[in-house]
Amino acid sequence: MAMTMAEKILAKASGNNESEAGEIIMANIDVAMTHDLTGPLSVESFEKIGLKQVWDPEKIVIVFDHQVPADSIDAANNHMLMRKFVKEQGINNFYDVREGVCHQVLPEKGHVVPGEVVVGTDSHTCTHGALGAFATGIGSTDMAMVFATGKLWFKVPETIKFEITGKLQENVFAKDVVLDIIGKIGADGATYKACEFGGETTRNMSISDRMVLCNMAIEMGGKTGLVEPDQKTINYLRGRSTKHYEIMKTDSDAKSLETMFVDVNELEPQIACPHNVDNVKPVSEVEGTHIDQVFLGSCTNGRLSDLRTAARIMKGKEVSKDIRMLVIPASREVYTKAMDEGLLRTFVDSGALVCNPCCGPCLGGHIGLVGPGEVSLSTSNRNFKGRQGSPDAEVYLSSAAVAAASAITGTITDPR
Amino acid sequence: MKGKAWKFGDDVDTDIIIPGRYLVLRDEKELAACVMEGCDPEFSKKVKKGDIIVAGKNFGCGSSREHAPIAIKGAGISAVVAESFARIFYRNSINIGLPLIEVKEISQHISEGDIVDINIDEGILKDLNSNEEFEIKPLPDFMLGIMEEGGLINFLKNHLEEIKDG
Repeated sequence: MAMTMAEKILAKASGNNESEAGEIIMANIDVAMTHDLTGPLSVESFEKIGLKQVWDPEKIVIVFDHQVPADSIDAANNHMLMRKFVKEQGINNFYDVREGVCHQVLPEKGHVVPGEVVVGTDSHTCTHGALGAFATGIGSTDMAMVFATGKLWFKVPETIKFEITGKLQENVFAKDVVLDIIGKIGADGATYKACEFGGETTRNMSISDRMVLCNMAIEMGGKTGLVEPDQKTINYLRGRSTKHYEIMKTDSDAKSLETMFVDVNELEPQIACPHNVDNVKPVSEVEGTHIDQVFLGSCTNGRLSDLRTAARIMKGKEVSKDIRMLVIPASREVYTKAMDEGLLRTFVDSGALVCNPCCGPCLGGHIGLVGPGEVSLSTSNRNFKGRQGSPDAEVYLSSAAVAAASAITGTITDPR
Repeated sequence: MKGKAWKFGDDVDTDIIIPGRYLVLRDEKELAACVMEGCDPEFSKKVKKGDIIVAGKNFGCGSSREHAPIAIKGAGISAVVAESFARIFYRNSINIGLPLIEVKEISQHISEGDIVDINIDEGILKDLNSNEEFEIKPLPDFMLGIMEEGGLINFLKNHLEEIKDG
């Protein structure tokens, strides 16, 4: 039977030769990730089941990234609870405050490989589909089931494949492509679907750029993001993962496959305006809008390529006196490479604050919050009301290039 | 289930239901005290046990935070009625035993303050103010099973061995 990549992965995970969109299957989980913010509820739920031991401590990965270092006694308590769980359960794949954002750390440390099922108590777990895994965000009670049994039920999703073609103009990036798509299909345009990104433009993209596309799948309601693995994927995994893996690809005649063609030749830099991710406009339409803070970072755009792009635009220039800028590398690996390449020096010289790898203002519960009436321009993935602090603040979402150009002028600026 | 309707619009996201700064909390009552603060800081004081939320499409979009349905349930809300739900919120709610009721175009027909009567077994939602009746989209059997056993934790306690072996 012709199947999509999502159907093939879920068939294998449930011990079947075939699976079909709409079917409910029980999948064996290969990687179960939780973090400092949603982890405590997962542990509490697991304890309610009454079991002493998790199914397989080697398949659990725990990352502290949302509130690191702890900014309150409540956060410190949550960290303590999770450290105790790690110790009791003998979980070796534990990354305490020092490593960075889970969706960067898991691929970097080789936990994600093609053809596997990855679940995480974080909605942006879909990012990992950039390596060809079926990766999806779940809640804490679902995670308790995984901790207890190593299994989770899924409704096999239909697939919407974005066939992306064309050459991106200078200073136009994967973020602009995915914002453009979300603007067109809406915040619920792909609800319950696997969002597969293909076409020559995707194939020409780096793994980092593919992670940007997959990261934002949830912002159109998608169950997962996916990119067909290729030589770039294999090269990325070399030296990172020793796991055996199987590459699966979508059959073009799969029944549950719907294709949307996206031509990016003429695409301008895009921006999501308050307060919904699908409120997308070309940056040129909102140029000159006042901003108070720029945040460069997050699981969407806190990678080395983003920092390089921003540093190229900011080198020798100063962040506008009227605003502040936060630069938060997505991981320790990104941070040290940025240090070696002199990028952090460029940011500090320009007046930006460089913070430790973490989620930063993106969750609106740690550092760098914005006050009532203030405007944040952010390279992250959500601009909901109150997302970065005050419910009376506004958040715009863009690429690293738009963020960097705007930090210099102090208003929203087209980097071209 | 019978209760007073509180109306919300389309795309009510998880940051509106429970803002990120409260995610350090785990207690149902503490979370309930901040529910819907993103759009109405007084909501938790106004809402009464048994009340019902009625909203448009894509309710619960955004984060995987289970704090969102926990806060709604903790505030005494007996059900959320919407035209459609975001995927993770949907699973999380069923898992903790918060009934979600999907009804086409419902937000055009119910006014704030109307008394809504929901009969899940018969698949009917009735607005007692207008006397209009609406058909409920049934839950898939598997999810209904979880709901009927009081949520996923109870379901697991009852079926742990079969799931492990299966």
